[in-house]
Amino acid sequence: MTTAVPTPRVRSLADRARRCGPWLAVAPFLIVMVIGLVLPVLALAAGAFEGDAIKSSFSSGYRTAFWGSVKLSVVCAVLGAVAGVLVARAVLSGGALLRRLVLTASGVLANFGGVPLAFMFIATIGNAGIVTSLLHDWTGFDLGDSPFSLYQFGGLAVVYLYFLVPLMVIVIAPALDGVRAEWSEAAQNLGATRAQYWRHVGGPLLAPPIAAGALLLFCGSLSAFATAQAMVGGTVPLVTLQIANALSGNVSPDNAGVGAALAIEMIILVAVVMAAYWTIERRTARWLR
Amino acid sequence: MTRNIVRRGTVAVVLSVAVVAAAAGCGSSQKAADAQNNSGGAASATSAQDLGGLDALVAAAKAEGQLNVIALPRDWANYGEIIDTFSKKYGIKVNSDNPDGSSQDEINAVKSLKGQDRAPDVLDLGGAFALSGAKDGLFAPYKVLTWADIPDNQKDASGAWYHDYGGYISIGCDAKKIAVCPQTFAELKKPEYKGKVALNGDPTKAGAAFAGVFAAALASGGGFTNIQPGIDYFAALKKSGNFIPVESTPATIEKGETPISIDWDYLNAGYTKELSAKGIDWKVAVPSDGVYGNFYCQAISKTAPHPAAARLWQEFLFSDEGQNLWLKGAARPVRLPKMTTSGTADATLLAALPKVDTTDAQLPSPDQVDAAKKVLTDGWTKALTG
Repeated sequence: MTTAVPTPRVRSLADRARRCGPWLAVAPFLIVMVIGLVLPVLALAAGAFEGDAIKSSFSSGYRTAFWGSVKLSVVCAVLGAVAGVLVARAVLSGGALLRRLVLTASGVLANFGGVPLAFMFIATIGNAGIVTSLLHDWTGFDLGDSPFSLYQFGGLAVVYLYFLVPLMVIVIAPALDGVRAEWSEAAQNLGATRAQYWRHVGGPLLAPPIAAGALLLFCGSLSAFATAQAMVGGTVPLVTLQIANALSGNVSPDNAGVGAALAIEMIILVAVVMAAYWTIERRTARWLR
Repeated sequence: MTRNIVRRGTVAVVLSVAVVAAAAGCGSSQKAADAQNNSGGAASATSAQDLGGLDALVAAAKAEGQLNVIALPRDWANYGEIIDTFSKKYGIKVNSDNPDGSSQDEINAVKSLKGQDRAPDVLDLGGAFALSGAKDGLFAPYKVLTWADIPDNQKDASGAWYHDYGGYISIGCDAKKIAVCPQTFAELKKPEYKGKVALNGDPTKAGAAFAGVFAAALASGGGFTNIQPGIDYFAALKKSGNFIPVESTPATIEKGETPISIDWDYLNAGYTKELSAKGIDWKVAVPSDGVYGNFYCQAISKTAPHPAAARLWQEFLFSDEGQNLWLKGAARPVRLPKMTTSGTADATLLAALPKVDTTDAQLPSPDQVDAAKKVLTDGWTKALTG
């Protein structure tokens, strides 16, 4: 093997290697995928179809939780996408420093979550939060008496948006960058108004990436869990909380089947959303290179 | 070029083999099996006598040298000191896994780590999990030397599980932030407590919070067979704005977000100690209108990698020393009534326990608890949403 003279045998081996090469190279990845994703999903499915887990996972309490999760995710996705696009557009039209600052900060904030995030909001705008008490001292306005409460649906949405908006900024910035100034100039030269440009050129171009970003936010808030657990417990119905209760609760034993069934149903929901995301993503890729 | 491709292929194969090996060989079961063999039948011993007395058990446990415990927070019922004392006394290293885990996590660990040397040896479980675990044959029956002191309704006749320590639902209160600390569930409804009352978690998940709802039921016309008034109680408390669904922790108490927290009395009493260093005066009262007590259960895993140490741990916990250590954590150990009569309970610690306004608090039966859980799981989120 140290000589460079190719004997027929080596050549055939090399040929085989060349054919198998790509497969061998991704083998570690595939194995990890099988161990880390495929097998657990199969195990979940097996658990879900044991007994009448699927049936009980459709009982009214769990249905409410599913509906609550979807509602929260849709609200967060829409608000997050709109806010994210506006922020990203403002930032990109600013100077290089602003742009670098915001994009870097977004990278950090988009990964903020869990109990620390919940505690941060509790400590700032909770009933005894710093901002709450400063507001009260300075203006006499009592957040506790206002319709807004951190511990309800709206509060949870605000907390989620704290990491979803930065995520949207990161996702949408390249797409906004891809919209060339020449296009708007060309439209202008042809006599288009600003509104017409956005309606016929900018809008259709950006709609797919914005929708794709919104779908990503949808999945992000659908799967969030620890923050809600620490902040609202079971008082805002969420399917992730129900899964956690079923799988590792201190209260009801032998409930793993229902947890598995709920998880499978979530996987199906996310798969549908991801399929939509993927379709949109392909349309986007055609335009923005 | 040819060589390169072959080499790259080899690397990939080696890598993937390594991945498989790493995934499959998470622990050495051989070592665990050896430990069991060396313990001279400890794995099947149902009492210290089976091994030739306590001294022989100590020797066997020392030979094993290690004990795996799970789901024991150091600030829970004085477990930190209990673990340290046991470890120092017998020279046995205690490996504490997943201290904040739940009962279900413990059962999962027994099943999934079976045969590995890091599997849990001993368990501290909620009643329902002890019963279902015993039914599934996960526990090794064992009777400690002080077995006779444990009342019959607080242990499994064969020794698969036994109550270890318990307490009552209490109302903890930051006396510096709250002018008048509430003493009863009825008082918690007052407007002055708006936005201040919390539970230790979600009652459909956390045992202590579940007990809080049960206690509220007792206070509002419900009973062991009827938890619904407790759910209604918290729904009304949420509506009036008094109840906030934040999971109360020492951090939220310190921050002032949960100045009133419904929790086991031994946990609240533990917070008193922990928070006094930070200048917080945390008062604990067992509400006279909702006296609800319950116990946790000890059990030895049938597949314990350190069977002798596991049994010695139980002997230690149920000795006067172990029981007094729990008492020091403001928990009420199962032998407390006997030890109070015989004078072996530490009088200072006994006097420091939160006062309970009844001499004869009943325990709910496992069936009653199960039925209540079903009602709670179905009704809690629905009643509290809004």
